[in-house]
Amino acid sequence: MYDVLIIGGGVTGSAIARELSRYDLKTALFEKGEDVCSGTSKANSGIAHAGFDAAPGSWKAKMNIRGSRMLEELSRKLDFPYKRNGSLVLCFDEKDRPHLEKLLEQGKKNGVEGLEILEKKELLALEPALSEAVVCALHAPTGGIVCPFKLNIALAENAVVNGVEFHLKEGVLTVEKADFPEHAEGYRVVTEKGSYETRTVVNAAGLYGDAFHNQVSGEKLHITPRKGEYCLMDKKVGRLVSHTIFQMPTAMGKGVLVTPTVHGNLMVGPTAMDISDKEGVDTTAEGLDEVLKKAALSVKSLPKGVTITSFAGLRAHEDGDDFILGEVKDAPGFFDAVGIESPGLTSAPAIGEWMAERVVEKLRVTKKVEEKRDFQETRKDIPCIASMDPAEAAELIAENPAYGTVICRCEKVTEGEIIDAIRRPLGARSLDGIKRRTRAGMGRCQAGFCSTKVMEILARELGIPLEEVTKAGGDSRMLTGGER
Amino acid sequence: MAEGRKSMETALAIIGGGPAGLAAALAAREAGVEDILILERDSVLGGILNQCIHNGFGLHTFKEELTGPEYAYRFIKRVEEAGIPCLTDTMVVDLEEEEGEKYITAMNRKDGILTIRTKAIILAMGCRERPRGALNIPGFRPAGVYSAGTAQRLVNIEGKMPGRDVVILGSGDIGLIMARRMTLEGAKVHTVAEIMPYSGGLKRNIVQCLDDFGIPLKLSTTVVKIHGKERVEGVTLAKVDERMKPIPGTEEYIPCDTLLLSVGLLPENELTEELGAKMSPVTRGPLVNESMETSLSGVFACGNVLHVHDLVDFVSQEAALAGKAAAEWLKENGNNVTEADLVLEQAEKQETAAGRMQAEKTAITVEPGAHVRYTVPSKIRPDKAGEETLIRFRVDNVLKDHYLCVSYNGELISRKKKRILAPGEMEQVVIRHSDFEKYPELSRITVHIEAE
Amino acid sequence: MEKRELTCIGCPLGCALTVSLEAGKVISVEGYTCKRGHDYGEKECTNPMRTVTSSVPVKNGVIPMVSVKTAADIPKGKILECMEAIHTATVRAPVHLGDIILADIAGTGVDLVATKTVGRR
Repeated sequence: MYDVLIIGGGVTGSAIARELSRYDLKTALFEKGEDVCSGTSKANSGIAHAGFDAAPGSWKAKMNIRGSRMLEELSRKLDFPYKRNGSLVLCFDEKDRPHLEKLLEQGKKNGVEGLEILEKKELLALEPALSEAVVCALHAPTGGIVCPFKLNIALAENAVVNGVEFHLKEGVLTVEKADFPEHAEGYRVVTEKGSYETRTVVNAAGLYGDAFHNQVSGEKLHITPRKGEYCLMDKKVGRLVSHTIFQMPTAMGKGVLVTPTVHGNLMVGPTAMDISDKEGVDTTAEGLDEVLKKAALSVKSLPKGVTITSFAGLRAHEDGDDFILGEVKDAPGFFDAVGIESPGLTSAPAIGEWMAERVVEKLRVTKKVEEKRDFQETRKDIPCIASMDPAEAAELIAENPAYGTVICRCEKVTEGEIIDAIRRPLGARSLDGIKRRTRAGMGRCQAGFCSTKVMEILARELGIPLEEVTKAGGDSRMLTGGER
Repeated sequence: MAEGRKSMETALAIIGGGPAGLAAALAAREAGVEDILILERDSVLGGILNQCIHNGFGLHTFKEELTGPEYAYRFIKRVEEAGIPCLTDTMVVDLEEEEGEKYITAMNRKDGILTIRTKAIILAMGCRERPRGALNIPGFRPAGVYSAGTAQRLVNIEGKMPGRDVVILGSGDIGLIMARRMTLEGAKVHTVAEIMPYSGGLKRNIVQCLDDFGIPLKLSTTVVKIHGKERVEGVTLAKVDERMKPIPGTEEYIPCDTLLLSVGLLPENELTEELGAKMSPVTRGPLVNESMETSLSGVFACGNVLHVHDLVDFVSQEAALAGKAAAEWLKENGNNVTEADLVLEQAEKQETAAGRMQAEKTAITVEPGAHVRYTVPSKIRPDKAGEETLIRFRVDNVLKDHYLCVSYNGELISRKKKRILAPGEMEQVVIRHSDFEKYPELSRITVHIEAE
Repeated sequence: MEKRELTCIGCPLGCALTVSLEAGKVISVEGYTCKRGHDYGEKECTNPMRTVTSSVPVKNGVIPMVSVKTAADIPKGKILECMEAIHTATVRAPVHLGDIILADIAGTGVDLVATKTVGRR
């Protein structure tokens, strides 16, 4: 009998798992992918939003503000890249100024600190690459950027270290209310691999959150996958802007942004297109075109010929346009974290904290729940040789020569780092897993040179033939040609 | 330099142990440089030639057809015989110049972080393949999309087949070679699609890699969608118009499990740019003078890092020139430094710097004219030029029965009929040293192609 | 009479050749613009030859495969047969550049030789 079963190993589920791991509970998390961070959490803008976009009083506003305040300290504790670079919302037309002022007021109401409207001259001094067409902009100094993979993985790893079971490649099929003789009510969760009994369930299933909710509740939810396409550009142009540059938001979202990433690339996107396929993460010619065209409005000239990759992500948009958080009215012990679209990444730590408190409250009604004394609050990331002080790197290489062999030339990732990524708790099992943990293959050649070497290391470390190595689990085998 | 690092010194550091680096090292040694160090990131010398197991290399250099590994071996053997030191499995991560001294930061398993102080540097890092992302091909991102060179490594070095049903985008030589290679190993290559109205590959490769096996080459065609969520399941091809935009209604779906990309090579110049050398936006390599010297004194470049070549023979030639020029430079700039020499050297340095500025002033600009995309070199200093200076270039289109022209200060000097000029082939003109005396006012050489 | 369409590989011009054959003998070559083109057309239709290159697994080698080639051109029609023979071959390290991997491959009288040296692991 589990105390909590969490559905989904995205950033929300992992944050909840990590916060629950503070308590003496039997907790498990199910993830249908072969790795955590393999759905919405892996393909988004990587922005730590300041919190002025959401309507005051909404879950989005509350969680965003709290999350934004938590991220900096959390990034130190869990060792993931985060930078408070500030953001700007550009206004190109004097007649839109009232909208910008409204946004400012809204932000203040939400509790965003330091908001101000900057005029053209100040803006161009601050960001010389901005378009001359800019009139004024809302400046939010508390806006930031974060590595979405590393945030998600850090939370998950820390949860594992603190005793949460992570069941990867184990999708949940059904959740149903069940009465257990000795424990009163609870849920039976049936997965692809087995059947589990639990006191409580947390639904952090991203795009599929509506499906699980609807299995237990009469009040139906409906999630629409909202596709966003992005282009990632070479580090050469990573300093084009230093702030995250937004355009005036629309009903469909925050519009196309231009931002440095926390790793020094330049990113532009996303589009916002409602689709029906919850796995439809394909990019389209029109989408990529739109991204480049719209992004070009924000800056004097968008660099050409420096795109290194493009991708699409799906936001889990719920019809009510807000996060749905908390215990489901007609399903006691079943907790929703549904409709977590932007600013979901920023909100994740706050949702984790809040949800864990709610779940513990619920459990305490029927059992004693203690905080663990040996909770490990911190976690060290894989050492990054490329950004290390040379003396420190030399020491590390002397200890373990594998840190001296560069495998990924573009991002200068060493064999030692790749081995670490495989051997850690919740270790990487695929090329994408390695990429998200170490950045090997994330650079300008997009794994042209290193993929064969990374495949060899994976095969060796996992004790599997090369033919079994996948790009991202499942049927994504890299070699399907059979024997020569 | 920081503590905890090992340090070395050399007169000439060569970054890259492929065909360019090897030929440069040999030429520098022949010209008298004792102290040379080759830095190679792979575990063996030879660079990309090691995986280019097909033949056709070396016709110009050795008057016989060799395979890539055989061509490389001839140079590796000579480098070994000459006792030129090499650090393999060593990645150069940083280049910097401080008070006229050049410092290379490199890393490997054995030495950890290594600082190498050097007088001169030859950049010979080669190039990389343009990835899918650079083309923004829409669709999913499944396994099974490989650059042709990655597939070549898998098949030839690892002995592994990436897939069985293959479509190749791009008809560059690597793509053509891989079409044959995959076919010989039992795969079905359905088609080679080329977005341009002509192939960038050699005719010989089109015949012997495609025609021999009945593989269709579809010109003015590109991949407009990649299908398959986990592994490639197919691609949609479409014809493109003259602006290279896909034409609606011409789509064709081809089921396949592998898409190979042979869509261009990009010189790998991140280190060069960090060092601050002036770059050419066309070649994406550094700008060089007649001695293959970049805008930075004592920093030379050759091979595919300078501009992408069609034949390795020309890489070797160009690299030999760079090696020889580096040797000359070292002679002029003091090969060995002792503490006592420092003061003297400082004075000399100022003198050479002044001399250099003078030389820069009298340097002749070489520029591309009609239909010529770029020239290497882009500057010639007459006093440094040899008997003959080769100007290498590429044209921007397939041109039949055109005239290859050279103008001095805008005045047409030579005009030679060429039956065919193609972007896939590097072309060259020769400037004789005697011309510099004949035209003392010469400040601008233009290479251009005219129809009549 | 048989007519064959070819592309000349002599230079980038890639002349489209039409070769007419009668009972396996070349009667005429059309479309060429130089002598090399004429000769290529004739040879390609009577006795086309190719060098075959591939690689063969090495046991105990520092790398898994050794590259190989036919030491001389072989008849084009023998390419596939030659590949079949290559697929049966394995060698033991060390292998030296020039070592014969398979003698008289596919009855062509030509040896398959290593084009690379592979040391023992």
